[in-house]
Amino acid sequence: MSKKITIEPVTRVEGHGKVTIFMDDKNNVTQSRLHIVEFRGFERFVQGRPYWEAPVLVQRLCGICPVSHHLAAAKALDVIVGAGNGDGLTPVGEKMRRLMHYGQFFQSHVLHFFHLSSPDFLFGIDGDPLQRNIIGVAKANKDLAVQGVMMRKFGQEIIRLTAGKKIHGTGAIPGGINKNLTIAERDELLKGPDPLNADKMVEWSQAALEFFKNYHKANRPQVDGFAAFPSNHLSLVRKDGALDIYHGVLRAVDAEGNRILDDVDYHEYDKYIEEEVRTWSYMKFPYLKHLGKENGWYRVGPLARLNTCDFIPTPLAQKEFEEFKAYTNGKPNNMTLHYHWARLIEILHSAEVIRDLLNDPDLQSDDLVVKGKKQYEGVGVIEAPRGTLFHHYKIDENDLITMANLIVSTTHNNEPMNRAVNFTANEYMGGQQNITEPMMNAVEVAIRAYDPCLSCATHALGQMPLEMTLIGSDEQILDYKIKD
Amino acid sequence: MYKLLLYGYGNPGRQDDGLGIVLAEEMYEWAVDRFPGKVDVDTNYQLNIEDAEKISQYQMVIFADASQENIETFTFTPVSPSKATIEFTMHAMSPAYIVHLCQDLFQLQPECFLLHIKGYEWEMKEGLTENAEKNLHSSLDFLKKKIETVLLNTQNQ
Repeated sequence: MSKKITIEPVTRVEGHGKVTIFMDDKNNVTQSRLHIVEFRGFERFVQGRPYWEAPVLVQRLCGICPVSHHLAAAKALDVIVGAGNGDGLTPVGEKMRRLMHYGQFFQSHVLHFFHLSSPDFLFGIDGDPLQRNIIGVAKANKDLAVQGVMMRKFGQEIIRLTAGKKIHGTGAIPGGINKNLTIAERDELLKGPDPLNADKMVEWSQAALEFFKNYHKANRPQVDGFAAFPSNHLSLVRKDGALDIYHGVLRAVDAEGNRILDDVDYHEYDKYIEEEVRTWSYMKFPYLKHLGKENGWYRVGPLARLNTCDFIPTPLAQKEFEEFKAYTNGKPNNMTLHYHWARLIEILHSAEVIRDLLNDPDLQSDDLVVKGKKQYEGVGVIEAPRGTLFHHYKIDENDLITMANLIVSTTHNNEPMNRAVNFTANEYMGGQQNITEPMMNAVEVAIRAYDPCLSCATHALGQMPLEMTLIGSDEQILDYKIKD
Repeated sequence: MYKLLLYGYGNPGRQDDGLGIVLAEEMYEWAVDRFPGKVDVDTNYQLNIEDAEKISQYQMVIFADASQENIETFTFTPVSPSKATIEFTMHAMSPAYIVHLCQDLFQLQPECFLLHIKGYEWEMKEGLTENAEKNLHSSLDFLKKKIETVLLNTQNQ
């Protein structure tokens, strides 16, 4: 008799999902699946609305990553208002958007590391579940927990000052921005009272990296081997090969580092990327067309970005990048838990970029918007914290949206996350008679590394307990557990 | 000086989920006029870890949120630090957890309450439902009286 174990939802990921693990009579894993509940109604929702509303409307999708959607939509609409193909804004227009974006990156990555992942590194995957959360972190390493809170606050302040407000920000508009950064606002971020200033954020970012590297040094086999598997990697890179999360060209490399997508124009993304539908999941499975479904899937996000780019254009992060690359002898890094390492390097890079931007006098310019000849179609792509985010709109002669297509970061990582779950389930659950908490958490650790945003539900809809169901081949429930 | 924070949260792009935000916005002018410097009003999509630091600066915090629980109009209940919700999704960080975090990280524990206002619809569009509007107005009346009572009783602090 085979068994089916269902874990629902996956805790400490943003939104909720369900993991199903099929086992045979001898408790061997035969198959595993990560089911995603992803909200796809947005694309229909914006049809018929004036295009200039899109950057604000898209923020309804999610309270976790509204800035990513806000900026990707704005970039697509830059094309529509004739403001170039992503690089035609005024200096203040582009730099204010970059400040907003790097602020979001900083706070999102910080939340993920300090709040969701550091408990696993402090207490171990098989640690006491009652300890494995930020309250446990606070008791074990109070400084680390406080730093996480204050770094989040700093990033949120950047978003507030660049987007105009915390909820439904309006900072980015088609063709530019609607406000610059005043001297007072700049000084609040640059020279704010300790610890809320840019220098302290750089210092703490370095400390967080050291924390991870020390853990890695002491736990190399586990960190390196956990859910490691070869894959392709895709991201935006700047035209000169630098890491760039706001604008660039699409590049993909295979597990050996060979270019399989060679710096192509993202406006033509649909020439290169196809999405497969599988009956058991609401979320599609993207792949590179020319490689096919079997070989064309890829990772996105921090690990992919550091695998595709040639260098990082800030000195402290570049030094860390060199160490990161040296660890795999310059080849792509395919170790799932190294997503955290890459994420921490990106936190440091973001802190450096934020500090540099705050010192740039362009941010006080009044030349906010560019407009040109109207177009009827636009594509905007950015690197969201979780990976590459595509927004594509078409409008009619009345300026109303007739088509919207979004490919969100978590969708790109659908196949890799499923593979990570399968790997972990085999490693931790195969041959076992009882499903223990550490084994369950191992599956969750594998998913959490990708920082998925599984559903853009509201908090009111997202309150769900952890639910486990064991079902036999005859569809009878053999066991059921629920964790509030 | 005794200071009170009114903190509304939710997604106003999801109908009644925005009840906490709308309440906070409706209260803002009244609070600033009636008790200048003593009441702050803030809003966000959801509670998050940095809110532990924010609430540490106040003597009293009132969280305002939409509720899909089986209540009549609204409830107003004290919030105690709780470990009960430490296994969470990011969309479900509770006031009790934030209070717990505040206590653990900053050794401060403001007096906290949760105003839970009954909501009905959660689809992707703006605007409250008619019944949610009614509940909002009932809770506004209640909250103004409550804040007046608290701040008049603490005016020498």
